[in-house]
Amino acid sequence: MTIDEQGLRRQVEEFLAAHDPATTERLEFLRARYDAGLAWVHFPEGHGGLGLPQAWQPAVDALFEAVGAPDNGRKTNGIGLGMAAPTILRFGTEEQKQRLLRPLWTGEEVWCQLFSEPGAGSDLAALGTRAVREDGDGDWIVNGQKVWTSGAHNARFAILVARTNPDLPKHQGITYFLADMTDPGVEVRPLRQITGEAEFNEVFLTDVRIPDSMRLGEVGQGWAVANATLSNERVAIGGSAVRENGMIGVVAQTWRDRPELRTPELHDRLLRLWVEAEVSRLTGQRVRQKLAQGQPGAEGAALKVTFARIAQQLSGLELEMLGEDGLRYSDWTLVRPDHVDFTGRDAGYRYLRAKGNSIEGGTSEILRNIMAERVLGLPSEPRVDKDVPWKDLAK
Amino acid sequence: MNLLYTEVEDDLRATVRKLLAGRCDATAVTALYDGDRSVVDVLWKALAGELGLAGLLVPEERGGAGATAAEAAVVLEELGRAAAPVPFLTSAVIATLVLCESEGPLLGELASGEKTAALLVPLSTAPHTPLPVIQAADGRLTGTVTSVAGAIEADVLLVVADGAVHAVSAADAEITPVVSLDMTRQLADVRLAGAAGELVVADAEMAVRDALSAGAALLASEQVGVAQWCLETTVAYLKERKQFGRAVGGFQAIKHRLADLAIGVESATAAARYAAATLAAGDADAAVASNVAQAYVSDLAVLAAEEAVQLHAGIGMTWEHPAHLYLKRAKADQIALGTAGAHRARLAELVDLPAPR
Ligand SMILES: Cc1cc2nc3c(=O)[nH]c(=O)nc-3n(C[C@H](O)[C@H](O)[C@H](O)COP(=O)(O)OP(=O)(O)OC[C@H]3O[C@@H](n4cnc5c(N)ncnc54)[C@H](O)[C@@H]3O)c2cc1C
Repeated sequence: MTIDEQGLRRQVEEFLAAHDPATTERLEFLRARYDAGLAWVHFPEGHGGLGLPQAWQPAVDALFEAVGAPDNGRKTNGIGLGMAAPTILRFGTEEQKQRLLRPLWTGEEVWCQLFSEPGAGSDLAALGTRAVREDGDGDWIVNGQKVWTSGAHNARFAILVARTNPDLPKHQGITYFLADMTDPGVEVRPLRQITGEAEFNEVFLTDVRIPDSMRLGEVGQGWAVANATLSNERVAIGGSAVRENGMIGVVAQTWRDRPELRTPELHDRLLRLWVEAEVSRLTGQRVRQKLAQGQPGAEGAALKVTFARIAQQLSGLELEMLGEDGLRYSDWTLVRPDHVDFTGRDAGYRYLRAKGNSIEGGTSEILRNIMAERVLGLPSEPRVDKDVPWKDLAK
Repeated sequence: MNLLYTEVEDDLRATVRKLLAGRCDATAVTALYDGDRSVVDVLWKALAGELGLAGLLVPEERGGAGATAAEAAVVLEELGRAAAPVPFLTSAVIATLVLCESEGPLLGELASGEKTAALLVPLSTAPHTPLPVIQAADGRLTGTVTSVAGAIEADVLLVVADGAVHAVSAADAEITPVVSLDMTRQLADVRLAGAAGELVVADAEMAVRDALSAGAALLASEQVGVAQWCLETTVAYLKERKQFGRAVGGFQAIKHRLADLAIGVESATAAARYAAATLAAGDADAAVASNVAQAYVSDLAVLAAEEAVQLHAGIGMTWEHPAHLYLKRAKADQIALGTAGAHRARLAELVDLPAPR
C-alpha cells in the first residue's frame, strides 16, 4: 500500500477520531499512536511507522500538536529519539527493535549516550572501556569510565561503545552495546556545568553485565555503528522548518519587546544574524531533502557547525542588547534538570549553555576536519596511531 | 607615551600576584556562586590594608600612595588574571576619583582602607550616558538604583542628586544583593528612602563623568588580565592534552587559532596601556584612548574566554574548571561601563566620523 500526503492526513484524523486525546490515558494514547504507525512515519510498519518519507513527519506532528495530543518526551529523551532509535532501526535485530523502540518512542524509557571518556573525546576511537566476554561466549562484562554523559541520571538504557579487542588498531576493536542503566555496576555521579546545573554526569562501569543479545551490530563493528549514531545526531540539530525558530526567535522577540534597547549597531548585528539563521534554516531543509532516501553522512557536520556558531553569536548579542539586565542571572543553584532547553530560562543561561553547542556531539573543529577530509577530499593530518594495536598506544 | 611597564610597575605586579596566589584560589572564587562570600573581605583587607592599594590613586598629602593610573592599571591586570572579587575598581578607582577634589575626611578614609565606597550607578552605565535620577529634598535622598557594583562591600554610597554628589552611609540604604552573571563582582539593587546625605562634591557632572571615563579606561586593563589568563591557560593545556596520539596544540588549526588570539591579546595590551598612560599624564587624547580601549579590549576579552572554553571542550564546560569564572567575568565586563558598541558610538563623535543622518 502506498499513501500520499493527503491520505496520511486522513489517517491521522481517523486515528484521532478513534482516540480522543482529551479522554484517552496518556501512555495508552502514545502506544496506540505508535502501533498505528504515526510515531515516526519513516520507520517501517510494525515499528511505529509507515515507511513514508521522513519529510512528512513534521506535518503529522503538527496535526497531533494542534489537538493537544500528549507529548512523547521529545525534550526529555532527545538522545533516545535522535540517536539511539535510528541506530537501533538500522543495525538492530528484530527482537531488539520489538523490545526497545516502542517504550523509547513513548518516553517510558529514556536513553543516554555512553561514548566520551576522560581520555577519549574528539578521539573517541581511542576509548578504553573494556568489554570482555565471559567464558568466550557468555555475557559481556564491562569495566571503565565514561564522562560528560547528559541525562544519565534519568536514563533507563544507554548506547555504549566499548573495546572488545585491544590487539587491533583502535578503530577495529570496538563493539556497540545497549546497556541497562539499572545494572548494579553502573554508578552515576553528577557533574556540574557552567550554568550551575548538573546536566551531565560521570558514569563508572564496574563489572556491568550485558547479554550478547544487547550487542548492536557485529563484534568489532562498533566504530561504524557509532558513526551512524553521530551522523544522525548532527542532522537532527540543524535548521528548523519554521522561520525565526530557536535562538533567533528569542532574540528577535526581545528586540520587538524592548524598543528602548535599540541602537543602530545592535540593529545591524541582529539583522546579519537574522539572515544567517534564515539561510541556515533553508540549508537544513535542502540537506534533508537530499537525504530523504539515503543515510546521513558528513552533511550534518556543516549544519551543526553553523547552528552552534549562530546560537552562540545570538545569545552573546542578546546579553549586550539587554545591557544592565544582561548582568543579572536567574539562579546558580545546583539542579538536576530532566531535559535541556537551549532557548529556555534567562539570557545568561542561554549564553552559557550555547557554549556547549560547539562541543557536544563532536566539536566544531572536529566537524570541520570531517568536512575537509570527507567532503572536500583534502589530505588528512598524519595519523600516527591509525595502524597501531590499541594496546600499544601511549595512554 | 610609554606603553611598556616600568620597574616599579613590575614590582607592584609581582607583589599583587603573590598575594592573590595565596589568598584568591579558584575554589574560593567559585564558592561565591554558591553564596559563600568569605573570600571577599579577607582579600580586600589584605590588598587595601597590607598592600595599601586602596589609596593608590590618592595623593600622598591626602593619605594615599600618590601613584598614577598606570600603576592602578597593573593592579587591575592582576585582579583580572585572578578573577579577584574585590571592590578595587568601584572603590579605589571610580569612587576615589569622584572624590579626588573633595575636601572632608572621606577620601583619606578610603585611602587607608578604613572605608570602602561605591558610586550609585548601574554597572552598565557608559561614561557619556544619563545617570540615574535620585530625588533630594532637605538633604534627604530618595530613589532606587539597580545593578550597582561594589554596593555590597561599601560602607559609603556616593549618590548623584541635584547636580551634586552626596555621601550616604550604606547602613541608611536598603541594599539587596542580586544574583549576577558575574558573581566575582556581585551587583545589588539599592533603595534610598529619605536617607541622610552629606554633600561631598558640589559639581557632580564633571567629577562623575571623569571618574566613569577613567574607570572605563582602566577596566580595559582588567580585561587584558582576563584575556591573558585565558590565553596562557589554554596554551598550557593544549600542550599537554593529547588526542589522536599527539598534543592537540600541535594541530595547525589550533595553532593558528591560538596565534590569532595571542595577536589579539598583544593588541589589547597596547590599547589598555595607552589608555592608562594618557590618563596618568592628563593627556588630551585620554578620552579617545579610553573609548578605543573599551571598544577593542572588551570584545577581545570575551573572545579569549570563549576560546578558552571551546578549546578546553568538555572540561571547559564544567563548574570545577575555572574557565567559566573568566567567561562570566569577561561577558559582564563587556557590558560594564558601556559595551564596545556604545564606546564606538562615542568614539565616532570624538574622532569626527559622524553617524549617517
Ligand atoms: C554539554 C555537553 C554534553 C555532552 N553530552 C555527552 C553525552 O551525552 N555523551 C557523550 O558521550 N559525550 C557527551 N559530551 C562530550 C563531547 O562529545 C566531548 O566533550 C567532545 O567530543 C570533545 O571531547 P573532549 O571534551 O575530550 O575535548 P578534546 O578532544 O580534548 O578537545 C580539546 C580541544 O581540541 C580540539 N581538537 C581535538 N582534536 C583536534 C583536531 N584533530 N584538530 C583540531 N582540533 C582538535 C577540540 O575541538 C577541542 O577544542 C558532551 C559535551 C558537552 C559539552
